[in-house]
Amino acid sequence: MAEKAKRKTDIGPPNHEQFLPPVIKKNYGKWKHHEIPQPGVLVHTAHSGDKLYSVRAASARLMSIETIRLFADIADEFCGGHLRFTSRNNVEFLLDNEANVKPIIEKLSSEGYPVGGTGASITNIVHTQGWVHCHSAATDASGVVKSIMDDLFPYFDGTTKLPAKLRIAFACCLNMCGAVHCSDIAILGVHRRAPHIKHEQVNAQCEIPSTVSACPTGAIRPTTVDGVDSVEVIEERCMFCANCYTVCPAMTLNDPVNDGLSIWVGGKVSNARHEPMFSKLAIPFIPNNPPRWPETVEAVRNIVEIYAANARNYERVGEWIERIGWPQFFKLTGIEFTKYHIDDFKHAGETFKRSMHFRQSQ
Amino acid sequence: MAEKLRETPLLDELEKGPWPSFVTEIKKSAVKNSMANDQLGILERSYKDRIGHWKHGGLVGVMGYGGGVIGRYSDLPEEYPECAEFHTIRVNQPAGWFYTSDVLRKLCNVWEKHGSGLTNMHGSTGDIIFLGAKTEALEPVFADLIDMGFDLGGSGSDVRTPSCCCGQARCEWACYDTMGFTYNLTQHFQDELHRPAFPYKFKFKMAGCANDCVASVARSDMSIIGTWREDIKVDQGEIAEYAKTVNIADDVADRCPTGCISWDGKTFDIDNANCVKCMHCINVMPKALAPGDEKGATILLGAKAPIIGGALLASVLVPFVEMGEENYEDIYELAEEIWDVWGEHGMNRERVGEFIQRVGMGNFLEQVGLDPEPEMIMHPRTNPYIFFELDEEED
Repeated sequence: MAEKAKRKTDIGPPNHEQFLPPVIKKNYGKWKHHEIPQPGVLVHTAHSGDKLYSVRAASARLMSIETIRLFADIADEFCGGHLRFTSRNNVEFLLDNEANVKPIIEKLSSEGYPVGGTGASITNIVHTQGWVHCHSAATDASGVVKSIMDDLFPYFDGTTKLPAKLRIAFACCLNMCGAVHCSDIAILGVHRRAPHIKHEQVNAQCEIPSTVSACPTGAIRPTTVDGVDSVEVIEERCMFCANCYTVCPAMTLNDPVNDGLSIWVGGKVSNARHEPMFSKLAIPFIPNNPPRWPETVEAVRNIVEIYAANARNYERVGEWIERIGWPQFFKLTGIEFTKYHIDDFKHAGETFKRSMHFRQSQ
Repeated sequence: MAEKLRETPLLDELEKGPWPSFVTEIKKSAVKNSMANDQLGILERSYKDRIGHWKHGGLVGVMGYGGGVIGRYSDLPEEYPECAEFHTIRVNQPAGWFYTSDVLRKLCNVWEKHGSGLTNMHGSTGDIIFLGAKTEALEPVFADLIDMGFDLGGSGSDVRTPSCCCGQARCEWACYDTMGFTYNLTQHFQDELHRPAFPYKFKFKMAGCANDCVASVARSDMSIIGTWREDIKVDQGEIAEYAKTVNIADDVADRCPTGCISWDGKTFDIDNANCVKCMHCINVMPKALAPGDEKGATILLGAKAPIIGGALLASVLVPFVEMGEENYEDIYELAEEIWDVWGEHGMNRERVGEFIQRVGMGNFLEQVGLDPEPEMIMHPRTNPYIFFELDEEED
């Protein structure tokens, strides 16, 4: 009896070395310095004297295989078929021939993928799935990102300068499948109503004890509805985190009227100058307004423009605000300060001002 | 087969403007693929209804794996039948996200044959995302991926797909081989990656320097960030060149967080004993300054997004490790020690950062066999409620 072929698993990712262009293979670990000769282009020089030209183009992150094939064709035409993607979902073409830099930029632009996003700029917005594909999204991600990047495009292609790089991130709910908690500007989808409990599904689909214990504020308790085991929510105690929904599909929070967006500012992950920082709340709620979310776009632009006009060279948003103080930030931006800005969760007291070191905003 | 595109008056508004349009991307696939076309339709419906139309999870996957596929079903299966099942397949990316045109085309062919033709390049954790597979397509996609040398990534309570910056492949600042280490690590922990057995997810991210281009300090349970110990390398000739265009006093010396740079207009001097290796001066003058020798990394632990107990940045666990290939095994052993303690005592859906806060860093260090170091804290405790051990000797 023929032995059944063993199922192949656990092979892991392919070794990256086979995908590296010759100029990288030759100079791996031996790069000397780099320059940004124009927006969207990095030139790395190796100790050997070899040069690598990286041309960075915008992408929508959500990409058709037709576009990936287009990128493959462009890479074949201009750079021996070598390309990579960045941690912010841009695509980078890796050239060893300077003469091809201008033609590839023209080609990419003509196909609708403009270059930019290097140095003190706004580059692609790291974002989540939103209504495109997520069950817990309080808003769409791609649509808001597209609308904001259209509006801020001159900051991407280098037409308009900034004091330092400015990183924007977007997450469509508090699960935050993007680094929005440490971004210069973060846009975060929020729910504002307690779960609508589908009692007929709770007993069938969920473990009641794990649903109860999933609540960080203890707002969920077991109950019986029409003789069937279910749960109830003490609505005043709900902070709309949706953790219960993650463990129990019957606890839906999506709400067409009350869901929307919040805006956070001043986070960073880099250690340059200042230590990494969390983003802090700037605007607690903006309603969903598809297809182009004009209020959200305007709010982001306002913060970018006030920052650009007031920050010093190399000062990130969070460093700028730390220097001028939060009362000045709210005064300059005209954003209303409300009770929602003051933390009332676990470590709330750590964020209260406990000194006389502040500038009066009135 | 040519598809008649769904009517999308709202989404069409998002094809305007200079930024690449995700709607155009969906349409590029939708003209050929009925799954993408129904996805286009259901997304238009969400824009009209102002609510998502995807339902919670569902257990789907490939045989022998517990992770790598995220089940997704729509709540309008009759109106949009072709995307009623629209699962996500996470495909483990090559380290640093480097590709050749050839391998990209092969990936596209697999996805054209079995799925919607829509992707994310890439997902937030770093995987290649195949967006929209029917249940029946999962095994065939997996078989074709394995044939071409690719495997699935992580999902659920397992080691999530490790990711890294482009490191020494292109960057002069990378203090260790992030891509080589990431590849080796991912291969080493294949079982932990494919078969969820932890209290919750565990993410690794590797950054070559403190600029942290992969946001490891914010987004990974174990963050390994490159650093160095010897003096920053200074080329005074290049400094003189920069002095013509850069205000070195204001934009370099004054921005140094420890004030360890002096600049008299001619000589650039660094008090290296007080340098915290933040990267700022090197970032501004990359031709004149470079990280010093005796390179390695700092291991930080415990970053996470808000769910459940609030967001955390990672904190220093091992101030300095060497990162040669011969040192990789030590890091794997440390990770396994951490998993043993956290796996034994962690609560369901408790990330390791939250676990440490609950049990105490002191206890955690004892359990994983590390000594307390002053580099681990911003400052010593201010509260006097010390849990002295009861068997402490009496004086």
